[in-house]
Amino acid sequence: MKAGRFWAWVVFALGAAYFFIPLIATVEFSMRMRRGAYSFDAYKVVLGDARFQATFGYSVLAAVFTIILGVLIVVPAAYWIRLRLPQLRPIVEFITLLPLVIPAIVIVFGYIRMYGSNSPLPFLATDTGTNALLVIGYATLSLPYMYRAVDTGLRTIDVRTLTEAAQILGAGWGTIVTRVILPNVLIAVLSGAFLTFAIVIGEFTMASLLNRPAFGPYLQNIGANRAYEPAALAIIAFAITWGCMSLIQILSRFAPKSANRPN
Amino acid sequence: MADPFLSIQHVRKSFGATTVVEDFNLDVERGEFVSFLGPSGCGKTTVLRMVAGFEEPSAGKIVVGGKDITRLKPNQRNVGMVFQAYALFPNLTVAQNIGFGLKVAGMPKAEIDARVTEMLGIIKLPQMADRYPYQLSGGQQQRIALARAIAPKPKLLLLDEPLSALDAKVRVSLREEIRSIQKKLGITTIFVTHDQEEALSISDRIAVMYGGKAEQVGTPFEIYNRPATKFVANFVGTLNVLEGTVTDAAAGTVRVNSEQVSLKGKLNGSKSGDTLSLALRPEAISLGRQPGRDSSLSGEISEVHFLGSVIRVRVGIGGNTVSLDTFNSPATPPPAVGEKAEISFSSDDMLVLH
Amino acid sequence: MRLPTQWLGVAPFFIFAIMFLILPTLYLMLGAFQNDAGEFTLENIVALAQPSIVAAYWISIKVSLASSLIGAFAGLAIAIAIVRGGLPDWIRSATLTFSGVASNFAGVPLAFAFLATLGRLGLATVILNTLFGLNIYAHGFNILSFWGLTLTYVYFQIPLMVVIIVPAIDGLKKEWGEAAATLGATMSQYWRMVVIPVIWPSFLGTVILLFANAFGAIATAYALTGSSLNIVPILLYAQIRGDVLHNAHLGYAIAFGMILITGLANVFYIWFRTRSERWLK
Repeated sequence: MKAGRFWAWVVFALGAAYFFIPLIATVEFSMRMRRGAYSFDAYKVVLGDARFQATFGYSVLAAVFTIILGVLIVVPAAYWIRLRLPQLRPIVEFITLLPLVIPAIVIVFGYIRMYGSNSPLPFLATDTGTNALLVIGYATLSLPYMYRAVDTGLRTIDVRTLTEAAQILGAGWGTIVTRVILPNVLIAVLSGAFLTFAIVIGEFTMASLLNRPAFGPYLQNIGANRAYEPAALAIIAFAITWGCMSLIQILSRFAPKSANRPN
Repeated sequence: MADPFLSIQHVRKSFGATTVVEDFNLDVERGEFVSFLGPSGCGKTTVLRMVAGFEEPSAGKIVVGGKDITRLKPNQRNVGMVFQAYALFPNLTVAQNIGFGLKVAGMPKAEIDARVTEMLGIIKLPQMADRYPYQLSGGQQQRIALARAIAPKPKLLLLDEPLSALDAKVRVSLREEIRSIQKKLGITTIFVTHDQEEALSISDRIAVMYGGKAEQVGTPFEIYNRPATKFVANFVGTLNVLEGTVTDAAAGTVRVNSEQVSLKGKLNGSKSGDTLSLALRPEAISLGRQPGRDSSLSGEISEVHFLGSVIRVRVGIGGNTVSLDTFNSPATPPPAVGEKAEISFSSDDMLVLH
Repeated sequence: MRLPTQWLGVAPFFIFAIMFLILPTLYLMLGAFQNDAGEFTLENIVALAQPSIVAAYWISIKVSLASSLIGAFAGLAIAIAIVRGGLPDWIRSATLTFSGVASNFAGVPLAFAFLATLGRLGLATVILNTLFGLNIYAHGFNILSFWGLTLTYVYFQIPLMVVIIVPAIDGLKKEWGEAAATLGATMSQYWRMVVIPVIWPSFLGTVILLFANAFGAIATAYALTGSSLNIVPILLYAQIRGDVLHNAHLGYAIAFGMILITGLANVFYIWFRTRSERWLK
């Protein structure tokens, strides 16, 4: 087994090199802005840029709306399917697979054609409508992840038994959902939310084709016109993604663990 | 006395500072079926894995058929092994699983097929040849695992808690099947289990293990009726324990709850005034005075459980409770709780626990 | 009160899915088979056969194939190393966490990162030149090229492979190896007769998933190579933006072609995954 361990270290080292060198290079590049010395000038420029603040703020707001929309759509559906409508599960799982099959560019293309100015539902006729359509598009992209997170969370807490126990004790549906289900599922929902956040912040295709002032197109624009700022932005983006993933990991430690076998 | 087929000599196994097996010694005759019986963590599986070659002993040696195999790799030892988790290869059919060891050894296809058919006949699953493991029940998978292990005609057969993952009923029928196949083929076998009923019912000899050591090695009859240590007496079968005080060490009398019991010859090393633990198997006790039982104690019935053909009675004697079974008699009602009762037993059957 | 509540609960989901996922896609699909007059026609599909579009599909397929194969084998090697390589425990969890992050680190920032690494002024380029005297650009390498894009795509393909295949390698029970050893098999016989047959459906299925993943990606390519490397998504992007092909329905046909390829790939992925799951019950 000794030879095996040697090769395992070799593979790991090569992999680590491939993944860390670009990160190190990007940091290094981002600090080259001031001639002759390393500095954080590029970061200062970026963070102070009004367009950065505007587009980043826009994307953050879009992400929040996307998460709310996602929760409203996914949580009740996942709950009722677990509880009463298991026969719908295959259909729903197929639907949640679709955003992974149909590329984002095709989805937004479909929106542009179907909900343009001269359609019965003219989302694109107004700014607000277009913003709404972007949020809808983001919710579609994050649907698979949101659904899987919530569904796993519901499975772990054994929804059926909890609901029946609450009903026997006299609780109505409102109480059951708000005081029994939701608190237990909150961690799972938050995990889905952070993943959604990461997806929305970096998204380019939909925002660009819908002409929205989001962070993705801003990144692309900076990349085309400036030298050092893109590198700083890349590091900022990576840090945000890393932060989201870490929060998800930390959250999962607080998730309720069921003693029962999940059904 | 012929040389033992398998000889485990002074084997010790330590993991860092913890010693899991201490000075284990056992000789097994050819064709013998020996069980390692003990609770979790007693070291029985570790000894088995050392015989298989998956762990290397920290000290001692293992000899099979006169050859020292202590340093051989598992795939050079020609032992068959059956695991608790069946471990059938999921990508191979039943026939391919059984023939795996033969194929690895380079046997010609026609011979492999013949041997596989023979094995399927022995485990009575001839129609399963082309099925995949995921299509079979746990009991069927384990029988196939057994066939796979014995197909290459190994020198030893090792079974690591093979029945623990199965339903109760399957466990009973499968253990008898394992035993009958083993007898027919005459393979020297070691069987690890924590279930004493399993070990008692099918073994030629049992090694009761605890804390990394063999507490006692003997036939099922010996282990059960002449337990050498307190642990063996407690672990194997049910035991009723009574506290007594030695009144006269020379005469061998012990006082139990204000009555005297004579235990001649069993009080070596005890002095008058010592307290002892005395033990009786439930079947050694009768309710009321019976012929052939020379000792008796009196007490009060505390519980009566009607189990059908058997009535389980608990009798309180001083601070202890004694459990015994008596057969149902259609003509006589069972004894009542609170009744005064006498229990009788043969002083030969009383165990003094150390 | 029972029947209405549960259907009310799932209704938003289905309404949303129909309005914003299924219908738009179907609209495009149907449009691919219509001309301006609304009649059914195959001429758009036929028009896909023109050289520039075929070239775009071909480049897309090549980039996706290259990045998925490289990513798959590299990812498999890393997964085996962290699960079976006898490495310290923290390496496994650190690698899985990092893989989760890296598989989402795509798009524009990833392009920036690789430009900073292997661009003309990138750190690696400079170090290779100053320390080893190796001027990769003089030798014909260019980050803004097919291989540059492939190398960049691999950055999220490898982690995706690692995350998906590690459970499959975990599923290789230790007892199988021990059973094989008692039956006389050497390590290589065990790998050849048991491990590889058990793993390859998961592996192949994941390669296909990686392929579909790369095929649909646009942001990284757009930021890195712009329109110089004309992969299908970029072609479609240009078409949506400005009808560069002067035929709206042709755009639908291109989208249809994309869905066909990614859809087919996902069908195969699911087929392989179900097959391996059935064995490993």
